[in-house]
Amino acid sequence: MRALKRFGAEGIALLGAAVVFLVPFSFMLLTAVKDPLQSADLDFSWPNEWRAVQNLLEVIEARDYVLLRAYLNSTILTVVSVTLIVLFAAMAAFVLQRRAGRIGSLANFLVLAGLIIPPAIVPTIWLLQAIGLFKTLPGLILIEVAFHLSFAVLLFRAFVAAIPRELDEAAQIDGCTGLALFFRVIFPLLRPVTVTVIVTSSVAVFNDFVNPLYFLPGDDNATVQVTLYNFQSQYSTQWNLLFMDIVLITIPPLLLFIFFNRKIVAGMTAGAIKG
Amino acid sequence: MVTQQEAGPRTVPGPALPRPHARRNAAYPYGLYLPAAVVYLVIFLVPTAMAFYFALTRWTLFDSTFVGLDNFRDFFAEQNLRAGFANTLVYAVLTSGLKVVFGLLLGVLLTSRLRLRGFLRSVVFFPVLVSTVAVGITFSALLRPDTGLVDKTLAVVGIDGPDWLGDAGTALLSVALVDVWKGVGLATVIYIAGIMSIPRDYYQAVAVDGGGAWHRFRHVTLPLSWPATYSVIILSLIGGLRSFDLIWTMTRGGPGFTSDTIASIIYKQYQAGFFGLSTAGNVILFVVVTAVVVPLNRFLAKRQVTS
Repeated sequence: MRALKRFGAEGIALLGAAVVFLVPFSFMLLTAVKDPLQSADLDFSWPNEWRAVQNLLEVIEARDYVLLRAYLNSTILTVVSVTLIVLFAAMAAFVLQRRAGRIGSLANFLVLAGLIIPPAIVPTIWLLQAIGLFKTLPGLILIEVAFHLSFAVLLFRAFVAAIPRELDEAAQIDGCTGLALFFRVIFPLLRPVTVTVIVTSSVAVFNDFVNPLYFLPGDDNATVQVTLYNFQSQYSTQWNLLFMDIVLITIPPLLLFIFFNRKIVAGMTAGAIKG
Repeated sequence: MVTQQEAGPRTVPGPALPRPHARRNAAYPYGLYLPAAVVYLVIFLVPTAMAFYFALTRWTLFDSTFVGLDNFRDFFAEQNLRAGFANTLVYAVLTSGLKVVFGLLLGVLLTSRLRLRGFLRSVVFFPVLVSTVAVGITFSALLRPDTGLVDKTLAVVGIDGPDWLGDAGTALLSVALVDVWKGVGLATVIYIAGIMSIPRDYYQAVAVDGGGAWHRFRHVTLPLSWPATYSVIILSLIGGLRSFDLIWTMTRGGPGFTSDTIASIIYKQYQAGFFGLSTAGNVILFVVVTAVVVPLNRFLAKRQVTS
C-alpha cells in the first residue's frame, strides 16, 4: 500500500514536470519541422509534413549564410571572453582571498558593486567609440569580460579559501612566488571550480542578447541570438524557420548540459552557498 | 620541515630578512589584480561614473549640453515612464517571491527519496541554460489567444483564457510567470544544496519527538535553509530589477506601455536617439537597484546570523 502510494506520488511529480518543462521544448521541435503554412497556426499539433532537412537548409542559407557567420562570431566571442574571464578572475580571486588590507577591501567592494550595479549603456557606447572599439568583436569581448568578472571572482574566491595556506608556504620555500606560485600551484588546483566558471560564463556569453544588440549591431557582426530577429518581421514571420533557428542555437547549451550537468550543479551550489 | 628550512639562513650574517608578514604578502602581489582591474575600470567603472554627468545633459554622443535635472523631470512627468518604474518593482518582487516558493517546494521534492530525482533535477534545470530570447519567442506562441496551447488547454476545462500578452492587465504578469519558469531551476539547485547541508540529526530529533513530514519541513527544513533563501531572494531581485530581454522579446513593453520596465525604457529612448534621457533611466535604475538590494542584503544578513 505504501509502495503504491509512493509510486503514485512519483507519477504525479513526473507528469507535472513533463507537462510544465518538456511541452515547451517539444513545441519548439515540432514547429521547427513543419511546413510554412501549418507552422503559422502555432498550435501544438503533429506535423502534416516533415520538413526537417529543408527547413534546416533554408535557415542556413537565409540572408546570405548569416547564421554561419553568426556561429563563427559567437564561437570566437565565447571562447575568447571565457578564457579571459577565467584567467583574470582566478588571479584576482587568489590575491583577494589571501591578502587582507585596504586594497583588498576596496577590491571586495568593487566585486560586489559589479554584481549589483546595472551597466550604464549609452556611456559605455560613448567610451567604446572613443577608443575605437564600438561595433567590433574585440569591443564586445571586453564588455563581456567586464560584466561577468564579478560572479567568476566570487566563485573562485570561495574555492581558494579551501586551499590550505601551507601549500603556498611550501611553494615559497621552493622559490615560487607571485605568478609562478599562482600558475604552477594554485591554478591547477582550481580545476573543479574552473569548469563551473567556464560552463556558466560560456552559457551566459553565448546566450547574451542584450549586449550584442547594443554594442555590436549589424548583419556582418551578428551573433546567433540576434539572428532570431531575421525571421520575424512586423507583417509576416516565417515561424518554421524561426523555430528551426531556435533549435539550432539551443544545441550548444544542450551539449554543455549533457557533458557537465553534474559538475555545473555541484560547483554552483558550492559557490552560491559559501560565497 | 618548514621551520627547519627557514631557520637555516638566519644564522648567516647579512642583510636583515624582510619581516615574515611582508614576505608572506610578497607571494600575493597586487599585480595579479591588474588585468581584471584594468578591464573593469575602463569598461565598467568609467562609463558608470560618466553616466551621472551625461544624465544631466542633452546628448548626441558627440556633443552634450548641460540641462540640469530636466531628463529626470521628463522621466517622472511622463506617465509611461512612471509606469515603467512601478512595473519594474512589481516584476522584481513577483518573480523573486515565486522563485522562492517554487524553488523551495521543488528543492524539498527533489531531495526526497524520489526514484526519478536525477531526471527531474535535469529537467527543471535545463531552461536555465536556454537563451532567454528563445524562451520568450516560444512562450509568446504558447500564450497566443485561441490557438496557443495554454488557452486551448483551458478551453478543454471550459475556461475562456485571456489574451495573455495582448491584454494590458495580464501582460506583465504573463512575462513574470515565464521568467519564473526559466529561472526556477537555479533557485531549486540553490535550495537543493542548502537542504542537503542540513545535518541529518535534526530530522532524527523530530522523528524522536514524534513529528511528521510537516514538522520536519516547518521546524527544520524551512529555518535551516535560510542561507539558500537569502541567495535566491538577492539573486532574483537583482535579475528582476534589471530584466530586459524577456520583456522585450515577449511584449516590447506593450500593449501600449503597460509592461514597460526601466530597462526597456532605457532601450527605447536609446533607439529614439534620446541618449541623455536613456542615461537618466540608467541612473534611476542604478538608484533603484541599490536602494532595494543594499538595505535588504544587510537586513537578511543580520537575520542569517541570529537564526
